[in-house]
Amino acid sequence: MTESAAVTGIGVIAPNGLGTEEFWTATQKGISGIERISRYDPASYPTRLAGEVTGFEAGEYLASRLLPQTDRMTQMALVASDWALADADLDPAAVPEFDMGVVTASASGGFEFAQNELQKLWSKGPEYVSAYQSFAWFYAVNTGQISIRHGMRGPSGVLVTDQAGGLDALGHARRHIRKGTGVVVSGGVDASLPPWGLVSLLSTGRLSPTDDPARAYAPFDTSADGHLPGEGGAILVLERESRARERGARVYGTVAGYAATFDPGPGSGRGPGLRRAIETALADARVTPGAIDVVFADAAGVRDLDRAEAAALSAVFGPNGVPVTAPKTMTGRLYSGAASLDTATALLAMRDGVVPPTLRVTDQAADCAIDLVRDTAREMRVNHALVVARGHGGFNAAMVLRAPAAD
Amino acid sequence: MSATEPAAGSRRAAEPGHEPTAGRRVVITGIGVVAPGGTGTKAFWDLITSGRTATGPISFFDPSPYRSQIAAECDFDPALHGLTPREIRRMDRATQFAVVGAGEAVRDSGLDFQSPDPSRIGVTIGSAVGATMGLEEEYVVLSDSGRKWLVDAEYRVPHLYGHFVPSSIASEVAWSVGAEGPAAVVSAGCTSGLDSVGYARELIAEGSADIMVAGATDAPISPIAVACFDAIKATSPRNDDPEHASRPFDRSRNGFVLGEGAAVFVLEEYEHARRRGAHVYAEIAGFASRCNAFHMTGLRPDGREMAVAIETALAEARMNAEDVEYVNAHGSGTKQNDRHETAAFKRSLGRHAYAVPVSSIKSMIGHSLGAIGSIEIAACALAIEHGVVPPTANLHTPDPECDLDYVPHTAREQRVDSVLTVGSGFGGFQSAMVLTRPSERRTA
Amino acid sequence: MTARELTIDDLTRILRESAGENEGVDLDGDILDTLFTDLGYDSLALLEACSRIEREFGVKLSDDVLSEAETPRLLLEAAGGAVPPAARAA
Repeated sequence: MTESAAVTGIGVIAPNGLGTEEFWTATQKGISGIERISRYDPASYPTRLAGEVTGFEAGEYLASRLLPQTDRMTQMALVASDWALADADLDPAAVPEFDMGVVTASASGGFEFAQNELQKLWSKGPEYVSAYQSFAWFYAVNTGQISIRHGMRGPSGVLVTDQAGGLDALGHARRHIRKGTGVVVSGGVDASLPPWGLVSLLSTGRLSPTDDPARAYAPFDTSADGHLPGEGGAILVLERESRARERGARVYGTVAGYAATFDPGPGSGRGPGLRRAIETALADARVTPGAIDVVFADAAGVRDLDRAEAAALSAVFGPNGVPVTAPKTMTGRLYSGAASLDTATALLAMRDGVVPPTLRVTDQAADCAIDLVRDTAREMRVNHALVVARGHGGFNAAMVLRAPAAD
Repeated sequence: MSATEPAAGSRRAAEPGHEPTAGRRVVITGIGVVAPGGTGTKAFWDLITSGRTATGPISFFDPSPYRSQIAAECDFDPALHGLTPREIRRMDRATQFAVVGAGEAVRDSGLDFQSPDPSRIGVTIGSAVGATMGLEEEYVVLSDSGRKWLVDAEYRVPHLYGHFVPSSIASEVAWSVGAEGPAAVVSAGCTSGLDSVGYARELIAEGSADIMVAGATDAPISPIAVACFDAIKATSPRNDDPEHASRPFDRSRNGFVLGEGAAVFVLEEYEHARRRGAHVYAEIAGFASRCNAFHMTGLRPDGREMAVAIETALAEARMNAEDVEYVNAHGSGTKQNDRHETAAFKRSLGRHAYAVPVSSIKSMIGHSLGAIGSIEIAACALAIEHGVVPPTANLHTPDPECDLDYVPHTAREQRVDSVLTVGSGFGGFQSAMVLTRPSERRTA
Repeated sequence: MTARELTIDDLTRILRESAGENEGVDLDGDILDTLFTDLGYDSLALLEACSRIEREFGVKLSDDVLSEAETPRLLLEAAGGAVPPAARAA
């Protein structure tokens, strides 16, 4: 029998809450962290709202030796990994070092660090470029820094699939566990909101220009005109289920199924691959669509993409066949951090029997025939949750999570 | 002292986390290479077996303000390889390399990519720094050469996002070959090229795909990349003799020489390849990656984590240390790497480390960061195919601490049935892969 | 413009800015002859600090300075800075 991967620890840094409980309390109440960008004046940009993480002072948690060599997203990932391990009640020093691995997703690397160093290079000269630039920007930095911090020498990995990365990382962490590694720290955190990041995000044409935090980013609504970006994410502790049981750890749930697909190329005339990802993940979990209690949607906030996602969900579950929610309307889309945060949220929903709401949908589009959990949380038992994610450029991923008691 | 340690076989399974994969076998049936010294697999193989070097002065920009002013550049014209002007505009140079490499690999495989179920074809591309060249070019425009922190949104190009998040490289390759299975960019610094192919192998072994177009690419010869390696004195400043600047294992080595390029493979499930009578270059018989959890750029002198990766990859391949007939080294030519790696070989292969030929093709084509691991896999597959071990160029006076058989200067003709190739990267990543002639592999 | 001499106070400030400060180490104490490794600084930290010294004080440090200047005193000497008289321990 293949070993299951159990989630035993969660560390969250989100625009609407620092730490799992603060985040979860806000999320159940529908409290959004999206506001006008405060770290610089965004007036010259067509999108001025974002989910910034406020109140995060890396120096409160990390030694000063680490600060000059790390981007904000790495600082957040390190703190989230500390919190996840503490939540799992797991002391890495007590685990054999080769029995622990790290797999993270990245989208754009340490982009604020990169913008600073590019500016030094081009405005002052090469001798001004930091000795830390060679790794502070690159996509593998969070995996490397987390492994160093906790002495984790086992199998590792770094995946870049845009917004699908959070699930691909967790899926790869599960592979490592199935091959015998006891503990894998996994997830994604991104923080690419500085001007050079925002402008890069704007280039897709998929950011909402709406200036009112009460209206912008309304996925599945007739008024949907784009999404808003955010920063943060979640780091999880995955553990071989038998190991977790033996040490009496609290298990949030297990990764029951996972699949990734890629969309057919432009002009092929065939439909997107999201439905296939969902069906394959369900088959991997050996459950029928009827077993899924709730879906955490990708929620692009772009009419075409919303319609395509709703169509995939309707095709698998039937029209309005399953409750669907998008708590990322409270944080903005977090890129590599999005799907690992949705996974954390789904596990908390299982724990407490509460499905958090989707905000700002006042006029749900008729071509999005999904049972959207709107405005307020819905109390319900969750045995199986499905998390879906789509990355720019054709990436699809789906993951089925199973509650500890469900079988 | 390492040589007196017990042979590798006796320590196998000492560390947890590496039970051999009980899965489907995975073989290489197509190869595409873009490397300094010539585009295409043949040009690449001719260069690295001749012992000539492709390193020279940087020509892409004025390198005079930099400490290291040398690199191994590819003579590459995307239009000659069938990319349209629109594609060329949209794609970063690294992406162009990957798409052209994938095209050659697909043609070489003889596989009709129209006929298999596209959902059974996946793509993984490794890259350490993604589309850094394109990003820097756009940054210079939008920031007015670094004058503006609040960069201009007005002049942004639509493909900027593809540079910003380099998963676009996997997208472009997937579109170019018609793949609809799992796709990803694997970015583990300088082990990306091994880890990407290792990841693809796992996807086939577990049944998530039957065919993977897998490899790696990087095009890092840009001011920001040159400056960031200058800042840590990792690259060679031998600007007066660029052709002989990359000197792995030599006492006078003083850093690596930056390179660029790509290698992409068609990987197939073994039975799938056999049924269609495909030419099989090699089987990917074992792979493992470990972290040193020590330092983002530093290496522990004892090479322990690389040794564990090697032992794990050999165990997966069901091979003993003595079965390894060629070791393709990371051999970057930095002071610490070459010692670290030599120690890791002794630690994992025991006495056999002294008997087996070890070489570094980075002596000839430089270090193309994330791409090089896949380019080195290509070299290994071709070594098996042709029965030739490529040499280490520029090795005149070995470092006393590097005392193995590094195949100096001249290629060696010998039958090669099984090869070990390794990589080491910033972040502490250590990876090892074992390739074998498929008929030679013992079945369970 | 006249170049200023690098002092131990400058060095301490630059180390703090470029690489932070290890817990349990008092950079304001008598550190002239303490190994950088004992102060918690690795080669990256020193590379970053040396690069700032070069820019700020207009000096050129050789590539070997990292392996040879193992203490603040040796680094001050290598940078042509103000070196206090040899202390008891040195």
